[in-house]
Amino acid sequence: MTENERPNEGLDQLPQPIVRRRRVSASWIWLVPALAAVVGASLVVRSALEAGPQITISFQSGEGLEAGKTPVKYKSVVIGIVHSLGLSPDRNSVLVKVNLHNSAESFATESTRFWVVRPRIGLGGVSGVDTLFSGAFIGADIGDSTESRKEFIGLESPPSVTHGTPGKSFQLHAGDLGSIDVGSPVYYRRIQVGHVTSYQLDADGKSVSLHVFIDAPSDRFVTQATRFWNASGVDVSLGANGLKLNTESLATVIAGGIGFQDMPGPQDDTPAPADASFVLFGDEATAMRPPDGEPTYIRMRFDQSVRGLGVDAPVEFLGIDIGHVVSVNLDYDEKTEHFPIIVGAVIYPRRLGRAQTKLAALAAKHGDGEDLAQTVGVLVAHGLRAQARNGNLLTGQQYIGLDFVPGAPKAAFDPAAKPLEIPTARGSLSQLQERLDSIVAKLQKVPFDKIGNHLDETLGQLSSTLKHVNTELLPELKGSLQGINKTLGSADKALGSADKAFSSDSPLQQNLGLTLEELQRMARSLRVFSDYLAAHPEALIRGRRADPAPRSPPPPAPPPPPAQGSGP
Amino acid sequence: MTALLRAEQLGLIGCQVCGLVSRAPSFADPGCSRCGSALRRRKPASLSRTWALLLAAFIVYIPANLLPIMRTASLGDVDDNTILSGIVELWEKDSQALAIIVFSASIVVPMLKFLALLVLLICVHRRSHWAQLQRSKLYRLIELIGHWSMLDVFVVALLTALVRFNLLSSVEPLPGVIFFGLTVVLTMFASLSFDPRLTWDHEEPHDRE
Repeated sequence: MTENERPNEGLDQLPQPIVRRRRVSASWIWLVPALAAVVGASLVVRSALEAGPQITISFQSGEGLEAGKTPVKYKSVVIGIVHSLGLSPDRNSVLVKVNLHNSAESFATESTRFWVVRPRIGLGGVSGVDTLFSGAFIGADIGDSTESRKEFIGLESPPSVTHGTPGKSFQLHAGDLGSIDVGSPVYYRRIQVGHVTSYQLDADGKSVSLHVFIDAPSDRFVTQATRFWNASGVDVSLGANGLKLNTESLATVIAGGIGFQDMPGPQDDTPAPADASFVLFGDEATAMRPPDGEPTYIRMRFDQSVRGLGVDAPVEFLGIDIGHVVSVNLDYDEKTEHFPIIVGAVIYPRRLGRAQTKLAALAAKHGDGEDLAQTVGVLVAHGLRAQARNGNLLTGQQYIGLDFVPGAPKAAFDPAAKPLEIPTARGSLSQLQERLDSIVAKLQKVPFDKIGNHLDETLGQLSSTLKHVNTELLPELKGSLQGINKTLGSADKALGSADKAFSSDSPLQQNLGLTLEELQRMARSLRVFSDYLAAHPEALIRGRRADPAPRSPPPPAPPPPPAQGSGP
Repeated sequence: MTALLRAEQLGLIGCQVCGLVSRAPSFADPGCSRCGSALRRRKPASLSRTWALLLAAFIVYIPANLLPIMRTASLGDVDDNTILSGIVELWEKDSQALAIIVFSASIVVPMLKFLALLVLLICVHRRSHWAQLQRSKLYRLIELIGHWSMLDVFVVALLTALVRFNLLSSVEPLPGVIFFGLTVVLTMFASLSFDPRLTWDHEEPHDRE
């Protein structure tokens, strides 16, 4: 009992609680779930409000697209997200359902374009690198249309011009695309002012149409007189000024590009309207050439080889390029059993410039009409001939030269023929070649072998002769020479003695003087004798008579002194 | 054996903080004379508070599961994950053990708490005598495991702070984690506000009779 009592007693001694401040009502706790409900509801409402239209885009491939993850972006702003991916009923394409944001409702309209942005690495540059890591996204570009639309066909490559970019689009026509690609730059005076936006084969498959977009403000430089040309690659030309290497920019060497410029001279410089059509020329030189006008087809018949003459070889009239060869064909002539070569060429009479207008005026005056055939007929009569000429001695490339050949034989020309057939003459070089050939032929006839042999033989003989001379004749000659030498020595002696003998104090000289004196005397006595005989011829028979007078002989006595010099 | 006496029957009230036993006061809102903390026979409005908090936790649990809780970006590959998708991803990437841990911490534990509290509350309302001992054990279990359900929040908080390699990889918390954290906090408050003594309260009339 006490055990029971004790706590009861103790209870009285227990302390009294103190009074505390009053607490807030417990019912406020219901605000917590209410708040949670409000937040939850707001989430639901927000997501409901944010939800925009759902659109379906069909792509060729769903590569890189993920449901619930891949965003749709316009100018790098997310405007929606891929909701689901599926195949089209015919299994040819991928249908991508996209939940657009409410604010992007305007994108569900007719002219909106969608494409998948993936990393693209091309020669012209790299794009979409960010998607390498972040994964692909769908790009969008809005158009002008307001018509609502839910089904779209996605582009396979990004459009190169986004809506609203200032500038103008132009159409170009070319024979082939060259190395141009979408995105290839367009240059104006070597400044990039635009790019190629698209290209496609024409319906007939014979040419290519390109679309280029020129950014404002440079689009105003595209005028009615503008010429576009393919600026791809490197243009190497070898002219009189030396080697010239020309390129628009290094990028065009690899990726291709287009250049444009106005024709030189006064031109129609009103800016071309958007989507105007232009011709895309192969290179700048062609583009800048004055218009060629209507081409005329001509034909030439060559009887000699036209090696080195190919299609596209130029046709020159007095050195002016007026056309080019379009065909080179072999023919057979049954009559002459020859193989003539028929060369077809296209010429542009407008390239003759002033000459053409004057000729046409002249022809008109004569009443021939403006037909080229008449004019050509006159020219042919003046000796106009086509010649296949060597343009390049190194490569042997030939061109057709239309020239006045002096003294050309008369050629038949039919102005009514279609196409015009221009008579031909042998080219100067081929003539030269012919002559050289004949010279060579003559040279070939010379028996060089025989001559050589003979020469060789002769030389052999000469050699043996010389040997003979060396071994035999020369020693003898030596002996002879010694003999001569000796002889000369003795001659010299003889001469010395002769010299002595002839000196004034020599006995010979004295004897000679005496002898001469003796001869003088003898001559005098002979004269006396002859005078006597003349006077006395009988003396020969009777002998000399006795001198009648000893005094009579003195007259002949004085002459002896003068007769001394002119002796007998 | 007669039923055990209750403090109420003796007109006594114990301080839950310092353990001082006082006389049951006649006035409202008494305080402990020693430590000054509130003296209450039972937690006030325990049932309604628990209900309210449990309801709030349940409401918040819906967006916590529907909204993504974490954004992992590695090399630009952005990936938003909800709790469930994260678990599925872990499972698919052959981290089944991790998936089970995350699953039990993020899905099983909160759900268990909801159910357990629901059972406890309903039983109190119905003054049920069913499995009273097990119910108090269940309550202690809830108290024990309740802290673990914050695992997900911690993971996200840690990753966000640690994984910051800019472009290479980064982790960002998303609204879902806030709701999930709210769920956990609310269930903890709910279990706190529940007075387990209520399980035994309605025994008295029974016994008296």
